[in-house]
Amino acid sequence: MEMEVAQAAADMVSLKFIGMGLVALGMLGAAIGVGLIFGNATQAVARNPGAEDKIRKLAILGAVFAEFMGLLAFVLGIMIGG
Amino acid sequence: MAAEHHNPIAQFEITPIFSFDPVLGYNLSFTNSSLFMVLSVLGIWLFFTLAMRARATVPGRWQSLAEVTYQFVNGIVEENAGTKARKYFPFIFTLFLFVLFGNLMGMLPYSFTITSHIIVTFALGALVFTGVTLIGMIHQGPIKFFKHFIPEGLPMWIIPVVFVIELISFLSRPFSLGIRLAANMMAGHTLLKVIAGFVVPLGLFGIAPMVFLVLLTGFEVFIAILQAYIFTLLSSMYLAEALHDEEH
Repeated sequence: MEMEVAQAAADMVSLKFIGMGLVALGMLGAAIGVGLIFGNATQAVARNPGAEDKIRKLAILGAVFAEFMGLLAFVLGIMIGG
Repeated sequence: MAAEHHNPIAQFEITPIFSFDPVLGYNLSFTNSSLFMVLSVLGIWLFFTLAMRARATVPGRWQSLAEVTYQFVNGIVEENAGTKARKYFPFIFTLFLFVLFGNLMGMLPYSFTITSHIIVTFALGALVFTGVTLIGMIHQGPIKFFKHFIPEGLPMWIIPVVFVIELISFLSRPFSLGIRLAANMMAGHTLLKVIAGFVVPLGLFGIAPMVFLVLLTGFEVFIAILQAYIFTLLSSMYLAEALHDEEH
């Protein structure tokens, strides 16, 4: 009986680690998103160098929103890890 | 000290400095979080009082710094919320400075980052959200305020669905404001601690994590300022939505 309880506890810890590892994959989307935003921003500046200020503001604003999703994954990971 | 040495999460612990624990059922201790909030406000007050002491028409270096900060936030408010929002400028300015100094003070060694706790940032976000919603309802009337959730020219049957989706997205604003700031700060500081934990055990090769740590600290200072800017920018945008009526 005690071994089963200990086994269940150890399983829980392992599952927590697996869960955290899976949640970390969620940041992949954020990384791709931010890369896309800045890639497009660079291309836009290359096409129209005069609009650099406006494009920079939009790019940073968009990157913050995209990065936020990645941070949500991080927060979930911390919550799972207890 | 040894326990904090290899636990990167321990830096976020709230420890009471003066403990007033069961006062009428609430814990009203003066903690390290409260201390750094007080230090933040003191820092802001000292910075602006001392910098503007010269009162020169052509500003010197410190006065120029204070004036640039003022113009920066003024630009955010006027560009996003329009000239009607001028009377809300002191609030937005205070918000920006509190978040900025809170974030930046967390970059000092052995300090505590007040904005890394979700309860603090959620309180700020909820304050902004409640204030902006009340302002919008008073300014435009409650019916017209809810009309904003339904864009023009939609077929009748889809309006309830769109209304619910827009409402959910509207209600998620205080959470997104709060979690964005807290998660950015917490993630940054945790990463710093984890990398710093590699320096000493590597011995001579600890130079590599040390160099990376220098760059990362610089990046974290940039993120601190950027997150303060984003918080203020989003607050101004929500205020603009609440204030704008005629020009659709």
